[in-house]
Amino acid sequence: MTKLILPAGEGAKLHSPGRRKALKTLAAGVGAAATMPLLGRYASAQSTAPIRIGFQKHATGIGAAYGRWYERATLAAVEKINGEGGINGRPVEIVTEDDGTDPKRGAEVLEKFANQSNCDIAYGTLFSHVVMGSAPRAGELKLPYFVVSEGHHVASGALNRWTLQPGITDVKSQVQAMAPFIGDVLGKKVTMIFPDYAFGYDHRDNLPAAIAAAGGEVIEQIAIPPSETSYTKYFPRIPRETEVIYHVMIGPGVLTFVKELGEFFGPSRPEIFGFVDSIEATDLTSPGLEFLDGTYFWEGMPRYAQEDDTEFSTAYRAAVGCDENGASLADPKDVATYAHMYGCWETLHIIKAGMEACDYKGIEDRQALIEAVEAMSDMPEGFDHPQGPKRFNGKTHQTFGQQYISKVEGGKLVKVHTAAIDDTIYPDEVDYTSMSF
Amino acid sequence: MDMPGTAPCVCPLPGGARAQDATDFMDFGPYLMLAMLEGAVLASVLALMASGLSLVFGVMRVVNVAHGEFYMLGAVMAWAVTSFIGGGPALAFIAAAILAPLLVGGLAALADIVILKRLNYDPERTIVATIGLLYILQQATLMSYGADARPVVPPFNHRIALPWIEWGEGGLAFYFPWGLSTTSYKLFVIGAAVVLIAALRLFMTRSRAGLIMRATQLDGDMATAFGIPVERVYAAVFGVGAGLAALAGVLIVPIQQAHYLMGGDALLLSFIVVIIGGLGSLAGTIVAAVLIGMSDGIISVFFSPTLAKILATLAVALVLVFRPQGLFGGKGR
Repeated sequence: MTKLILPAGEGAKLHSPGRRKALKTLAAGVGAAATMPLLGRYASAQSTAPIRIGFQKHATGIGAAYGRWYERATLAAVEKINGEGGINGRPVEIVTEDDGTDPKRGAEVLEKFANQSNCDIAYGTLFSHVVMGSAPRAGELKLPYFVVSEGHHVASGALNRWTLQPGITDVKSQVQAMAPFIGDVLGKKVTMIFPDYAFGYDHRDNLPAAIAAAGGEVIEQIAIPPSETSYTKYFPRIPRETEVIYHVMIGPGVLTFVKELGEFFGPSRPEIFGFVDSIEATDLTSPGLEFLDGTYFWEGMPRYAQEDDTEFSTAYRAAVGCDENGASLADPKDVATYAHMYGCWETLHIIKAGMEACDYKGIEDRQALIEAVEAMSDMPEGFDHPQGPKRFNGKTHQTFGQQYISKVEGGKLVKVHTAAIDDTIYPDEVDYTSMSF
Repeated sequence: MDMPGTAPCVCPLPGGARAQDATDFMDFGPYLMLAMLEGAVLASVLALMASGLSLVFGVMRVVNVAHGEFYMLGAVMAWAVTSFIGGGPALAFIAAAILAPLLVGGLAALADIVILKRLNYDPERTIVATIGLLYILQQATLMSYGADARPVVPPFNHRIALPWIEWGEGGLAFYFPWGLSTTSYKLFVIGAAVVLIAALRLFMTRSRAGLIMRATQLDGDMATAFGIPVERVYAAVFGVGAGLAALAGVLIVPIQQAHYLMGGDALLLSFIVVIIGGLGSLAGTIVAAVLIGMSDGIISVFFSPTLAKILATLAVALVLVFRPQGLFGGKGR
């Protein structure tokens, strides 16, 4: 090692011409870089060049289970789209980057998509803090950013014209559609338990009004830090008059959460209504979850195959590689994030429809793509939309769709109620189309 | 206030599952007891883990930043052992409780020989080296075991409803308050930690190996002069320290799940405990673990979990300012 180190003077002498040369190279590089957009335009104008979609994946960090299944649904959708001739005759290519379920990393990943890996658009990701951290960067990069996050942040007006959520309904819709069932069927006095960050706040802020509209009352709100690993200590704050527990939890601790909830109540539990997030990617037959029998869950799409499943729903289930219990065909212990990942499948089909509507050629058509998607409204149920029909609101960049309530019976989720699209609609809070690009 | 006997919950309630009276929250007494039980579980695991950290610092003067990862590895190994060994959850758990600490301890001893020994146990450089070790272990786990949280089936787990005494109309009366319960496995964790720490104490004070360790701790040079193979003692101590963390991981994993990031919080709490108790003092570590575990349980129940962390960190700062050697630490030599 030491042999390579030169005395200071000699080193300086040796470096001077080198530095000049380096500067020249750099200048040439800058020149080359300046022509790059042009080159890129030519390259992408060729009809056979693939359309590159940057996929922001929760490969590591607390969202890893979602990342794994979002990727499977994504690749399945791309296989279908390519099998049907791609988009505008061009194949689709997915460029996957790990965002670490981390907002800062999420923004860096978008930058990489735009500046290094020549992606046409960015897409993906569930956790709301990652979307909140990434979306401003998408706006600065003028990069279309299609999220599958279910957070209310898109429709609330907090983001920008480049960020859309066309494939999955948001929490505000979900909460509003669930409240009548909770109030009418389960009970009037509701205690809610939710994660103490943006996604949980969507529940915290929207449930009380929705329950009040259904003639009930939220009597206590218990926020739990997202990094928590032990939950029993929060449960004594549940008022004794509680008739319904409303729970939504997310991250690696979910199994502990539901287990400890069961241990706390024992045989004398109130009615329990949960968002399936609390047990997403978790085997319902795990020891300690027996108490969930007879409780209710919101599901974005039923995890277990139902008797009245449409042919599209069944075909989708096969395409993403899931058995009738919503677990991987290869490993029955590998349970899918079934209630959310349909959003990936549907979003990719909406991207395809949008690109075809604006005759997308390359990155110069990014703005046209946004405008084409904004012009969409009703989308019929079909193999492209297996979860059900959708109604997209171009002004708020948010989609609306059916919601499902399932009851746990014999270790399976059985669909008991379908909330219609009309139950999920709320007044616009923003008009993104009036914002500049 | 609650009326005694209104909500017995050892058996299903007749006529519906609701609590019948309109008391706002759980009563203070049962509430406190629940908080203390939760705190005791945390304290037990923490005491076990922190005594490993304290032992390593006491004997080797090495601040082991990778200690949390040994805890995580213990939990992950427990998952691996229980999933590959059949024969029911109890047998699999016993196998995990024996194999995981041995494997993790062996790995740590190897790391000592390969890395720390080469640095001559220089305090600054060992900190950097163990930070490196932390990342290597964490990322290796991520690449092999994956990013999922995976459960381990407890060897046994029964919900135990706990009684409470209240002065009612007819004198003292027992009743079972709503929600006041624990599980047999949580009680087992508390018991196991007490037994293991007592065994560690006996090992250090009564056994020949313990004597050699204490001699090395007191004066390494003199120990060498007396023919004690100090380097081998160091490797063994590093292994035992990591083994204790792994054992804590095995005990906690049926309650939580094994996850590659679980070492971070555990490491922070262990450092808090060891600094308050006095680096290198086993008794101090235990007292501090109980103090921190219980206060975390009680403060997070009655106020907020964030406040519990703030107070613990404040306690560390106060101890460092007013009693840098810790509550039980001796004066530095």
